[in-house]
Amino acid sequence: MNPAIFGTRHAQALLGSLGRLKRNPLATVLTLLVIGLALALPAALGLFVINAQTATGGFSNAVDMSVYLKSGLPVAKAQQLAANARERPEVAQVTVIAADEGLAEFRKYSGFGAALDALQTNPLPNVLHVMPRRGASSAADLDSLRRYFAAWPEVDVVQLDTEWVLRFNAILAVLRRLVLVAAVLLGAGVLAVVGNTIRLEILNRRAEIEVTKLVGGSNAFVRRPFLYTGLLYGIGGAVLATAILETAVLVLDPSVATLAQLYGSRYALQGPSGQVLAALFGGGMALGWLGAWISAHRHLRSIEPRA
Amino acid sequence: MILFERVSKRYPNGREALTHVSFGIQSGEMVFLTGRSGAGKSTVLKLVALLERPTRGIVTVNGKSTGALKARHIPAFRRQVGVVFQDHKLLADRPVFDNVALPLVVAGAPLKEIDKRVRAALDQVGLLGKERMLPAELSVGEQQRVGIARAVVSKPPLIIADEPTGNLDPDLSLEVMRLFRRFSDVGVTVLVATHDQHIVRDLAKREIVLASGEIQSQGDIERTDTLPHVVPRR
Repeated sequence: MNPAIFGTRHAQALLGSLGRLKRNPLATVLTLLVIGLALALPAALGLFVINAQTATGGFSNAVDMSVYLKSGLPVAKAQQLAANARERPEVAQVTVIAADEGLAEFRKYSGFGAALDALQTNPLPNVLHVMPRRGASSAADLDSLRRYFAAWPEVDVVQLDTEWVLRFNAILAVLRRLVLVAAVLLGAGVLAVVGNTIRLEILNRRAEIEVTKLVGGSNAFVRRPFLYTGLLYGIGGAVLATAILETAVLVLDPSVATLAQLYGSRYALQGPSGQVLAALFGGGMALGWLGAWISAHRHLRSIEPRA
Repeated sequence: MILFERVSKRYPNGREALTHVSFGIQSGEMVFLTGRSGAGKSTVLKLVALLERPTRGIVTVNGKSTGALKARHIPAFRRQVGVVFQDHKLLADRPVFDNVALPLVVAGAPLKEIDKRVRAALDQVGLLGKERMLPAELSVGEQQRVGIARAVVSKPPLIIADEPTGNLDPDLSLEVMRLFRRFSDVGVTVLVATHDQHIVRDLAKREIVLASGEIQSQGDIERTDTLPHVVPRR
């Protein structure tokens, strides 16, 4: 068959499928809604993980370390140690919090002012506040930096919250797996919905299929419009899923901004990226086509013309 | 064109519809298949159109044995046979043009060609100008003629018809049969199953009579094989 006729036949099948979907707007919209929601759910979860990762990317870069020096060590010595620490390549910034400043701050924020007045001497040591460089803030990097400071004879204790970084990363890993599980389950749901919708349409058009086969229509010819219908369901579902995601981002953004502000961040919620959209549309089209193919393959065989 | 050699057909429910049926139809012949209902007329047509396969014996149509034909070759085979039904089997939601065009569309004909041939076929059955109407807007006789236009539009060498006049009054019946005779005159092989004896007498064509799945009489083959096979002019 020449390519122009081949193209014409496919265009006819595509237009025919579009026309049929348009003629049953309510049924079409309901089906699209189910597919759209099934696609949007794992995508939303994925978006949540991406956002959580990006938002806390700021946190883990701001992971800091408090190096408590032995009490009684003079401030001048602390300044000198801070200068040494700044030489390390993985250290971004070192601030010396002198014992007196620390006490003043504690008095101001803790509400224990009166209790502190009862103390004869300042119980707080001098502290080096160390910020690791970006790119040197993985759990392992932080631990090696901690051991470096802990080896100094002037150091009493190094306090570092690597624990929560590890835990948080583990939570993200669980969520990422959850996205995968949800995607597989809901993908199977999309297959079932498309397959069933196509099955009903095949049964509805039984007479037409019989006549088409009778005048010499091949299985491929009869199947083609149903495959296009499945493909269109996939595309329509992906469009709807995108709309759902964008709307959700729009609704959530103000409250997320408020939350971020409380943490001193100006983080704005990220909408679906090109990659997420590609996955939505690619997945939607593949599932729609496959669902239609399975259904058409199963049901078209059984329809043979009877005289 | 059609050759049945000791053909028997038993349906899955156990009913034996044909028993050792043998006959031949020459290219370009017009033949009536008659007999009471249940005599096996429809089964013969189903075997010719490859809607059924013989249980025993050999059915050869257009040089091909239907028993051995693989499923993927069936569509190409059916495009060589135009079929007309008593209930015409038109698609109710498609206009006349689309109904008649269907055999050309499935065969992948170019759009221009489809347009030309559909008009020619409608012209032959006297329905030119009704392309945009739905089957339900036409009279029963007109619907039957749309079915005939669909059967001949792709110029098949063989046309089979199952009780094509079953729902028509005598005048319309005769008109439809004359249409078939015109196709036969230009070289198309025509096999018509009917129980209308008037028509069979009027057209004076060969008659194969079936009774209880066996051939009662089958007349003489017309000497049409001396005529050259002419493709119908449209």
